[in-house]
Amino acid sequence: MIPATFGYTRASTIDDAVAALASSDDAKVLGGGQSLLPVLRLRLNAPELVVDCSGIDEIKSIDGSGDRVVIGSGATHHAVMNDPAVTSSVPLLAQATATVADPQIRHRGTVGGALAHADPRADQPPVALALDAEFTIAGPGGRRTVPAAEFFVGPFETAVGEDELLVSASFPKYDGWGSHYEKFNRTAQAWSIVGVGAAVRMDSGSIAEARIGLANVGGTPMRASATEQALVGASSMAEIEAACAQAADGLEPFADEDADVEFRKHLVRVLTKRAVARAAGISS
Amino acid sequence: MTETVETSTPLGRPIKRKEDAKLLHGRTNWTDNIQLPGTLHMAILRSPFAHANITKLDVSGALQQPNVVAAYGADELGDLNGSVPCVWPVTDDIVMPDFPSLAKGKVRHVGDCVAVVLATDAKHAADALEAIDVEYEPLDAIVDMEAALAPDSPALHEEAGTNKCYVYNLGGGYDDAKAKADVVVKRRFINQRLIPAFMEPRSVVAAPMGMSDEITVWSSTQIPHILRVLIALVTGIPENNLRIVAPDVGGGFGGKLQIYREEILVTQIARKLGRPVKWTESRSEDMVATHHGRDQIQDIEIAATKDGTLLGLKVDLIANMGAYLQIITPGTPLLGMFMYPAIYKMDAYDFQCTGVFTSTTPTDAYRGAGRPEATYAIERIIDELAAELDMDPMALRQRNWITHEEFPYTTVAGLTYDTGNYEAATAKALDLFGMDELRAEQKQRRESGDPVQLGIGISTFTEMCGLAPSRTLGALKYVAGGWEHATIRMLPTGKVELITGTSPHGQGHETAWSQIAASILGIGVEDIEVVHGDTGRAPYGMDTYGSRSLAVGGQAIKKAADNLIEKATVIAAHQLECSPGDLEFADGQFSVKGDPEKAQPLAAVAFEAFTAHNLPDGVEPTLQGEATVDPEDFSFPHGTHLAAMEVDTDTGRVTVRKYVAVDDVGVQVNPMIVEGQVHGGLAQGIAQALYEGAFYDEDGLPLNANLSTYLIPAAPDLPSFITDRTETPSTTHPLGTKGVGEAGTIASTPAIINGIVDALRPLGVTDVAMPATPMTVWKTIQAAKGGQA
Ligand SMILES: Cc1cc2nc3c(=O)[nH]c(=O)nc-3n(C[C@H](O)[C@H](O)[C@H](O)COP(=O)(O)OP(=O)(O)OC[C@H]3O[C@@H](n4cnc5c(N)ncnc54)[C@H](O)[C@@H]3O)c2cc1C
Repeated sequence: MIPATFGYTRASTIDDAVAALASSDDAKVLGGGQSLLPVLRLRLNAPELVVDCSGIDEIKSIDGSGDRVVIGSGATHHAVMNDPAVTSSVPLLAQATATVADPQIRHRGTVGGALAHADPRADQPPVALALDAEFTIAGPGGRRTVPAAEFFVGPFETAVGEDELLVSASFPKYDGWGSHYEKFNRTAQAWSIVGVGAAVRMDSGSIAEARIGLANVGGTPMRASATEQALVGASSMAEIEAACAQAADGLEPFADEDADVEFRKHLVRVLTKRAVARAAGISS
Repeated sequence: MTETVETSTPLGRPIKRKEDAKLLHGRTNWTDNIQLPGTLHMAILRSPFAHANITKLDVSGALQQPNVVAAYGADELGDLNGSVPCVWPVTDDIVMPDFPSLAKGKVRHVGDCVAVVLATDAKHAADALEAIDVEYEPLDAIVDMEAALAPDSPALHEEAGTNKCYVYNLGGGYDDAKAKADVVVKRRFINQRLIPAFMEPRSVVAAPMGMSDEITVWSSTQIPHILRVLIALVTGIPENNLRIVAPDVGGGFGGKLQIYREEILVTQIARKLGRPVKWTESRSEDMVATHHGRDQIQDIEIAATKDGTLLGLKVDLIANMGAYLQIITPGTPLLGMFMYPAIYKMDAYDFQCTGVFTSTTPTDAYRGAGRPEATYAIERIIDELAAELDMDPMALRQRNWITHEEFPYTTVAGLTYDTGNYEAATAKALDLFGMDELRAEQKQRRESGDPVQLGIGISTFTEMCGLAPSRTLGALKYVAGGWEHATIRMLPTGKVELITGTSPHGQGHETAWSQIAASILGIGVEDIEVVHGDTGRAPYGMDTYGSRSLAVGGQAIKKAADNLIEKATVIAAHQLECSPGDLEFADGQFSVKGDPEKAQPLAAVAFEAFTAHNLPDGVEPTLQGEATVDPEDFSFPHGTHLAAMEVDTDTGRVTVRKYVAVDDVGVQVNPMIVEGQVHGGLAQGIAQALYEGAFYDEDGLPLNANLSTYLIPAAPDLPSFITDRTETPSTTHPLGTKGVGEAGTIASTPAIINGIVDALRPLGVTDVAMPATPMTVWKTIQAAKGGQA
């Protein structure tokens, strides 16, 4: 379909963008457009002004030179999944990103857009949550930093205000951790029915620390904290399976055509087990 | 007669498609690319309800919007609000409700057309829809087919007083066969609703042509010729004043074998306003307003002796018509009626089909049209019978199929199959598949309790295609013929125009038709221009559907080329001062037998025919051959498809590990094009088994009418197909060809599901619903386990 009429401006700096957002009561940031354009074309939303941020160079960089990996919100999925700092220090993010949509979309869409869009089905938000990412947000009042645990507020809702721009997401470094993103979908290019990201630190063959994020099991990404605790010390498939049996406890997933509540919870358990086992390199 | 000498011709060669360079370079002429000065763009207000009275409709608000020129509801359009015709009244007492282009007082499915806006650009037309004042009084949706047939169900078409459209019966004698049977297996299969989902959405442009009375309609259609007749009948525009053009058309799969309300509206409004009018659908519209396919409840029962000899078959269908009858809605399930007995010999066959109206998008032909449903049910129940008899499913098939010595063979359904060789196709398929190793692995996985189980699915299918002998169509009450036309015109410069009545939309006719003609005329494939899809340039034709284009249109091309050579022979003999019988024709050249120095190329004959300076008495100038051919019979491609399916019992995920398709489509004009048709067909058939299904909730609202939830597989979801062919020429088709467009789709669906059931049978599973999504498979396993406990 054809979107309703909207105003359009192209920002070239973060300050430009913030000023443009302030100029309208109903403005929307345009990143790669892979989620926003479908929304506009289906007329699910009709903002007055679209602020195109795809030309802001300051938000495109990926910097792993310090003690964290700082990913500009404008970095494309393609750039992120192939960046050496990401693949070595935050491999789980690279793995999850590689499962997003298809190559064309990954060349256009941005990680910042995906995080700000906060689609409950999205693959990167649970990784950001599990890995304790921190978000830098710019607005009329300047910049602020929000931890992942406070960033995802609800379906399609984050800590980023209507007049704010997500500048970057920074991740602690997980060098030496094992990780795996287990995406369960019906066709290669479909969204996750359930996605599980697992990162584990191993110590002499057993799990010393585990981080697990779940996609599409509620209105926001979820962290399987109790399972993370239970996994400490696990060194066999049986122990992993026992710990992951509780991965769906307390979840209140929705039902859709692909999975009812029972099946979705079942998938959480099976996929968490698989993701952890792969991350830990344990197969028996 | 001239003798034709064996030469190496382009026929049968895998030459690259002529049409591809244009497609790849983006030089395609899609209907939506047509830009005529002064065009008005149409937008359609569609019903958000499955079933509702329209209690208020006021389009005047739209007229106040910028760039809007006109807006109409049914009242404003009046007599121009033509009704969509159905050309296949399958029984004398069929209920055929009125199907107005714009709903009159009541909407009957989500997507039903309520009003239209015409504006000078598409965006403002879409915007102005919001200014239409419409109110609905929702009525009970009619979704479940069996409930719709219950006497107490509200009727979707009140004046009919029932949702039953028709009941059709064929055959008899099953009860006697059953009485003699040792084993009877009965199943209910649901052949779910599918959406054609062609790549190019529908688009139509209609324009009154300046000073003449002609109205030209460009439409993304498979059937420009049939459309011309029907638009003339619906609108009253004299047929001679109507020109229909199907420019480049991006796929159809039966979904564009239709006359759509949007085509009627665009034509009528262009005529009323005296301006070009264009409408191009969005994907969201396409998913609810393009006709859907399949959607049948199939009760099937098979009777056999304990040694596995089939005695009889009984089929009882409920077929969903949707809200209205479109062009061949009622006949579509009946195209499968002849195919339930498939390749098997048996003595008795009872068939019944009940058509039912529901408040859903109308159904109609979709790749295979009736035949995939039939093939699915018979190939599934054969496997179930094999399990019941504890027989190998291939052995059961072999025991009952028509052997190659038995052709021509008249089946219990009354069709006469001209040729076939099921043994040869099966032997080749088994060879490529590695059945023994796979069975060994299956056994090992079963014994070790592997969470990933392996299953083997078989489909030894046949189909009837190449629609169709006109008399047969008449006997089935289809109100058109099944012939095809070709004209081959030699131009003075030696180039050739090949005018075909078929209307390709992706198949590669331009290449294949050139190969046929070039091989007869002895000229280059590149010297032939295939003219199609335009009633102004190719006036006669019955278009493209039902794998008919080569099977029927190919015959017409051969005959037209033969006719052309016959005339050229007379002219050449005159030029070379001999009698026609002294000439032979090879490699595009006439030469005198025994005196090869005395020769004249066909191009030179064409030039002589053009100047007409020296033609024999009584021979008319110009050189062309024409033929209109009515096929002697359907053609019956067949094949053996084998699928190795992995089922992850922990998640229900199913993977096609290996797929072998050995098809027999008779003589292949271009094996590469055949290969492409097989691959695409397999993808579509596998999609029905695993991915696709259009569903409604109880209020009749579509649950997945978009491409992010109506899942179409892409290359990563499918295995690398292993394909091969056996070549048993058709004896009723002069080129020996059959048809290949639908074969893969028809064959593959049951192979996949049979494979899944085979994998899970030790767990107590005897059926899996389509599409076999992970949840469906997992729940089926859980239920079977529960049943065992
Ligand atoms: C066919 C298809 C399949 C897909 N499959 C998947 C999948 O499997 N998994 C998955 O995770 N995702 C999937 N996606 C979504 C994809 O990842 C998008 O690229 C992503 O969600 C949005 O990124 P974007 O840069 O395109 O954002 P846009 O579409 O430009 O914006 C999305 C939203 O975020 C806001 N936004 C964007 N950037 C910023 C910013 N810097 N600050 C504040 N707000 C901002 C916009 O205002 C808008 O509301 C799919 C998309 C498509 C079209």
